[in-house]
Amino acid sequence: MTNLVEIRDIHKIYGYGETEVRALDGVSLDIDEGDFIAVMGPSGSGKSTFMNLLGCLDTPTSGSYRLRGVEIGRLDRDTLALLRRHQLGFVFQGFNLIARTSALENCELPLLYQGVARKERRARALDALERVGLADRAHHLPSQLSGGQQQRVAIARALVTRPAVILADEPTGNLDSARSEEIMRLLVELNEAQRITIAMVTHEPDMADFARRIVVFRDGRVTSDEARRPLPRGGDPS
Amino acid sequence: MIGATILMALTAVRRNAMRSFLTTLGVIIGVASVIAMVTLGRGATASVTRDISALGDNMLIIVPGADRRFGSSASARPFTADDVRAIREEVPSVSNVAPTSGGAGRAVYGNQNWSTGLTGADNAYLRVRNWGVALGREFTDAEVRSGSAVCLLGETPRQKLFGALDPLGESIRVGALSCEVIGILESKGTSTFGEDQDDFILVPLVTFQRRVSGNENIGAILVSARAGVPTRDAQLDLISLLRQRRHVRPGDEDDFIVRDMQEVGQLVGTVTGVLTTLLGAIAAVSLLVGGIGIMNIMLVAVTERTREIGIRMAIGARAGDVLLQFLVEAITLSLLGGVLGICLGLLGSWATTRAFGLPFVPGLDVILGSFLFSALVGVFFGYYPARKAARLNPIEALRYE
Repeated sequence: MTNLVEIRDIHKIYGYGETEVRALDGVSLDIDEGDFIAVMGPSGSGKSTFMNLLGCLDTPTSGSYRLRGVEIGRLDRDTLALLRRHQLGFVFQGFNLIARTSALENCELPLLYQGVARKERRARALDALERVGLADRAHHLPSQLSGGQQQRVAIARALVTRPAVILADEPTGNLDSARSEEIMRLLVELNEAQRITIAMVTHEPDMADFARRIVVFRDGRVTSDEARRPLPRGGDPS
Repeated sequence: MIGATILMALTAVRRNAMRSFLTTLGVIIGVASVIAMVTLGRGATASVTRDISALGDNMLIIVPGADRRFGSSASARPFTADDVRAIREEVPSVSNVAPTSGGAGRAVYGNQNWSTGLTGADNAYLRVRNWGVALGREFTDAEVRSGSAVCLLGETPRQKLFGALDPLGESIRVGALSCEVIGILESKGTSTFGEDQDDFILVPLVTFQRRVSGNENIGAILVSARAGVPTRDAQLDLISLLRQRRHVRPGDEDDFIVRDMQEVGQLVGTVTGVLTTLLGAIAAVSLLVGGIGIMNIMLVAVTERTREIGIRMAIGARAGDVLLQFLVEAITLSLLGGVLGICLGLLGSWATTRAFGLPFVPGLDVILGSFLFSALVGVFFGYYPARKAARLNPIEALRYE
């Protein structure tokens, strides 16, 4: 059985010669199906670069990254886009909903790119909104929603394609502590009840505590990798 | 997938309805002016053609003088009654032959007077020019032969001299000639060239020669080609007869002109056609300017929506998807402008042709042409901004503030 994500000795180098920056300097990491990892580290530690690679937004300078057994370290832009379309979901710090577009339409967008027919698209988007508890706000515009609600719409949008991994980049960074906890509970629930794999970047230890596993980066390397709660036993779908 | 992209583009256009409208204004004005110019130009052409055929469909005018392109020389010998007789007898390709002679004079009735044209001719003149009598009667053969003091009034002198009064049987004076009004001609109105076709008085040719000009000269001969005979054939027959009668040596230039009015009509049509094309081309330049406006706004939109582009790319849009979306947006804007411009142009040219009394001839070719052209403008000016959007790096686009 292969792991969901297998990363082996990945390097990411920006610039050349004297201005060379080693953003990632030999990182190896596996992520199991159904895991929930929190990536931590000070700014400049390489955690954002790592997330960009994990999210197929960027390619490593060297090393191997396999997602569901498929090597994607050397794919071109368009193939990476297709991978993101079908395998990944994104949640950002700034919510990043498309303005003047209703919550429902925001959730439909990934399905639109997948070419899902209109009826099914609408049903699945509504279903995703229901899973984050916002079915009654489907026709609200982002500007009519609170920060916590916007982030939940963003999570619904990430969920709607049933991705292999949801990547969350500081998902609570713009929220107060009550809303933050709400979002984290939602992520935990999605992870536990629906076995959705989540990789989250955060610099708040309180938020990281919700994860099963905490990975700490420093100077482009993993300095600590600690499992806090075991993966649920049995019921392995593969 | 393409359907979805188009849907997204349309949504974006609708989301910014006001700005979209202002952006398309340039294209609207461009397309509207192309349509208006061409439609007006064609209306003018149609009007000229109509005037020429109102002169008489298959009419040829024979005047003395060498063809100098611009008018004829005045020194050439006029025609005689024998020339007219010869044409009647020896040229089978013409049907009506109308010798005329003309001048001008002041027409007086009671205390009203009016300066007008005075033409000497017979009833054949009315046949050739396809002109009817609205009131009263034509000349009788006896009146034509004897040179009686009778006249037919055009609509303009009738109105100026008689107003609401009944002119029939009244006596008017034109210069030194006193004559009785026996009929009123139908009104032909003003020609496209601004000439009042109804402003003249018709008397028998002999009357004109004896009482006004004092000679037997014939200034011009109007003939109509026999039905079914090409005017060109009649023209050649007339030229060869008249060369012979007027002793023009072979190789010498004609000392008379046989003008085919159809030919004149075609020439005028060509000139107005060229003008129409020219005006249309100038208007098309404003369409290009409209396209630049679209490019400008699309560039702004790409910058403004950098984050949105980043989100779309993260969600799984390929460069091509983003390119297509922005291209479709630009094309939608320009086509929208095209449709609105077509409506505006047709409306404007309809109102203008109404105001100037020109025929309204909307052409499907111009409408389709400017529609396609505006689509092309969208593709051309939308491509650069769309490519700029497609080339964005998703990581940087997501971080863009």
